[in-house]
Amino acid sequence: MEKFTLIINGKKQQVEVEPDMPLLWVLRDILSLKGTKYGCGQALCGACTVLLDDEAIRSCTFPVSEVGSQKITTVEGLSKDANHPIQKAWVEHVVPQCGYCQTGQIMNAAALLKRNPKPSEAEIESAMAGNLCRCGTYNRIKEAILTASKSY
Amino acid sequence: MIPKLPFLKSKDPEDKSKVFIPSRRDFLKISSLATGGFLLGVNFQCSGPKGNTITFAPNVYLSIDSDNLVTIIAHRSEMGTGIRTSLPMIVADELGADWTKVKIVQAEGDEEKYGDQNTDGSYSVRMFYEPMRRAGATARHMLLAAAAQKWGVDVSECRAEDGQVIHSGGKKIKFGDLVEIVRELEMPNADNITLKDFSSYKLIGKDVAIYDNLDIAIGKATFGADIDLPNMQVAIVKRSPVIGAKVISYNDAKALAIPGVNRVVKIEGSGIPPGLDKPLEGVAVIADNTWAAMKGRDALEIEWDLGPNQNYSSEKQLQEMLQSTSGNGKVRRERGNFNSARQQAGQVIEKTYLAPFYAHATMEPPTAMADYKGDGTCEIWAPTQHPQWARQAVAEALGIDYQNVKMNVTLLGGGFGRKSKPDFVVEAALLSKAAKSPVRVQWTREDDLHHDFYHAQSAQRIRAVLDKNGNLSGWNHHTVFPAIGATGNSDELHPSDGELGLGCIDFPYEVPHIRIETHESKAHTRIGWLRSVSNIHHSFAVNCMLDEVAEIKGVDPVDFLLGMLAEDKNLTFEGELKGDFGNYGEPLDKFPWNTRRLRGVIEKVAKEANWKQAIASGKSVGFAVQKSFLTYVACIVEVEKGNNGQILIPEVHYAVDCGIGVNTDRIRSQFEGGAQFAASLVLTSAITFENGKVQQNNFDGYELIRMPQAPKKTHIHLVESMEKPTGVGEPPVPPFIPAMCNAIYKLTGKRIYRLPYNG
Repeated sequence: MEKFTLIINGKKQQVEVEPDMPLLWVLRDILSLKGTKYGCGQALCGACTVLLDDEAIRSCTFPVSEVGSQKITTVEGLSKDANHPIQKAWVEHVVPQCGYCQTGQIMNAAALLKRNPKPSEAEIESAMAGNLCRCGTYNRIKEAILTASKSY
Repeated sequence: MIPKLPFLKSKDPEDKSKVFIPSRRDFLKISSLATGGFLLGVNFQCSGPKGNTITFAPNVYLSIDSDNLVTIIAHRSEMGTGIRTSLPMIVADELGADWTKVKIVQAEGDEEKYGDQNTDGSYSVRMFYEPMRRAGATARHMLLAAAAQKWGVDVSECRAEDGQVIHSGGKKIKFGDLVEIVRELEMPNADNITLKDFSSYKLIGKDVAIYDNLDIAIGKATFGADIDLPNMQVAIVKRSPVIGAKVISYNDAKALAIPGVNRVVKIEGSGIPPGLDKPLEGVAVIADNTWAAMKGRDALEIEWDLGPNQNYSSEKQLQEMLQSTSGNGKVRRERGNFNSARQQAGQVIEKTYLAPFYAHATMEPPTAMADYKGDGTCEIWAPTQHPQWARQAVAEALGIDYQNVKMNVTLLGGGFGRKSKPDFVVEAALLSKAAKSPVRVQWTREDDLHHDFYHAQSAQRIRAVLDKNGNLSGWNHHTVFPAIGATGNSDELHPSDGELGLGCIDFPYEVPHIRIETHESKAHTRIGWLRSVSNIHHSFAVNCMLDEVAEIKGVDPVDFLLGMLAEDKNLTFEGELKGDFGNYGEPLDKFPWNTRRLRGVIEKVAKEANWKQAIASGKSVGFAVQKSFLTYVACIVEVEKGNNGQILIPEVHYAVDCGIGVNTDRIRSQFEGGAQFAASLVLTSAITFENGKVQQNNFDGYELIRMPQAPKKTHIHLVESMEKPTGVGEPPVPPFIPAMCNAIYKLTGKRIYRLPYNG
């Protein structure tokens, strides 16, 4: 076990865990931040997406020991009062069906708009290709991202 | 415990499989209890005073507090269809509640209290539209009577709206302020309850956002894996790699040496047959957290007796199944004399169709939390589609009365039929008992793909006979696939009547000679039901064949099918079926098989998608129609080639007749999603077995379509209807599959006879 100081959603948190523990399990099991989901454990589905500084990463394969001083943002810290443009657009379009993959989709979309505030439909498709949705909400995800991009 | 599957209802006395025992009567018995408050005039108050508030609870689905809180119970499981919103909004609309202030509470698993909770078979709205309206309307009648009494006016001068009763003279009173009076009133006789006119509904028939919309967007929605309890542990299980495999011995020394691992427990498996509600044989590692449990499992050393399925190859079986279809099978439907039609044929077209095993691959892999207490009670939190079955299965495994199992239902991260089966819930209960602490069992994605209850692989052969005038005079459909019933009874070698009623024996067209036959096949894995069940492979074969026959005849496939429907009528298949026609658990007089409605969706989709113009302009469009789960659906899919030669889907059109549409936004979302779900079945997904083991491990082996491959635009054209509402969870899938295959044929010139399509 090793001690790590993590900056999560703007707050310093100390955890004592095995250094190879993926960030996902630190968030979920140790810090009880349940918004980030487990889907595959192999970085294949995107349900576990969080931001490391401004970049979307798959927390299920990202060891806690590699986080260092980079800032982690989870869905719980994406906005105060659910007022991130992406979250507002998600609500407006009633994107979710079961909802399980949606926090990962939202975090990935937030990273996309940060680096490319006005993505084309093709750019959205390619940027979101790593995030699976079994219910099939891809159309509304795309529409919500286009809506959100208007406020960038 | 008998699982209830109304969609596979069968009256066949020879059909002894536990799965197919009818549940309709049971439901009526239970539902009369659940809504008995109305029927018997008994006002059972669920709760007394709490603090300063008092409560009016006229039935199990609804309560109104004196502080104006209206609480509606969602008693069916939310797995993405929106049912947790769609049923409560029916109650709220009839009541006249302020929807924006209604609180929805998820019911525990308790069918004696709530009626049927088995969320499956696309029947939640069909079964509960009427009871939910009555639940709301009865409470409204009583509130109006209470207000009339208070004001000394005639009840006919009062109406309920936005959470208050309003008098025609302008006086208003909030529901909460009537609670004290209304609690003392007699329940009105059910005959005196009038339901609102459809045109006056504010929610029913409209787009209503799902109740959990915001919670999901901010990460606060609670799924099965999100339950935390003090002193809980996490379990990861190494399960038998082959169905029927048994643990000879295991060494847990290395697993126990991993920090955080606390205990290793063997789970006794069911063997062969595996059963629908039993855990697989396995060894569980119980740890402080998921990562430790995963590493612990990797460190287990297990010696297996792999048993009789260790040489099983799904490809070898599929080829044998295909071979069997060339011989005579067990006749399941017969009209006229197919053989004589064949002898007098102008032309016989004979094609075969293969489809693979499919896994459900819900985004949330199975997981459940159990807290077994020393006093012989157990509390569960689980994402289950069938809480009562899970409750019974847990009770049986623990050897306790089911009344001592409290079954809390979380949101489900997808279901599609997988989470009907309670095996994973039973695992959690057994492990909690062994660990003497709360335990949450977590399946990994690999576990999910390796140990699912799969949609069965299938082989089909269809012979279509054209007579000397070129008319379709004979239809001979052979189908073979391991039956769901075989998961509980290894002697089930033929598909049940229930499974054949899903797109096979209900062939609706006017063909004078029809013969439908099945062949034997064994189950070497756990067979289950996946969104639309055997409609998946039946619709694929039947509709691809019909498209090919139309082409050979030189007619448009839409015109061909319209012509073969002949005059409008209700189909009964009487005198032709060798067994029972399930009609998805409904009597035919209540839900007739109506060819006018099938014609209606065909004509509508052709018109809305500009079918004739699309064909004339050379677009690669495909068409199919399939009634399933009592809903009539026609579909047109357009495909094109992408830059890298991959298949893209620019546009999909659905015409849908599901009777009254309750939440139109969720009807559309089911079709948008259903198209994408079905596109994975066509393009990317297949489970195969070698040496008894599943060969796909994760989403790199079992692929689902991703956003670039998904249909870009899906248009849903709803038939305006005042017919009884039917379901929409499953019906989007069956017609999409052949419509897409027929479209790919236009694009590539090659017919698809085997799924998935791989270029």
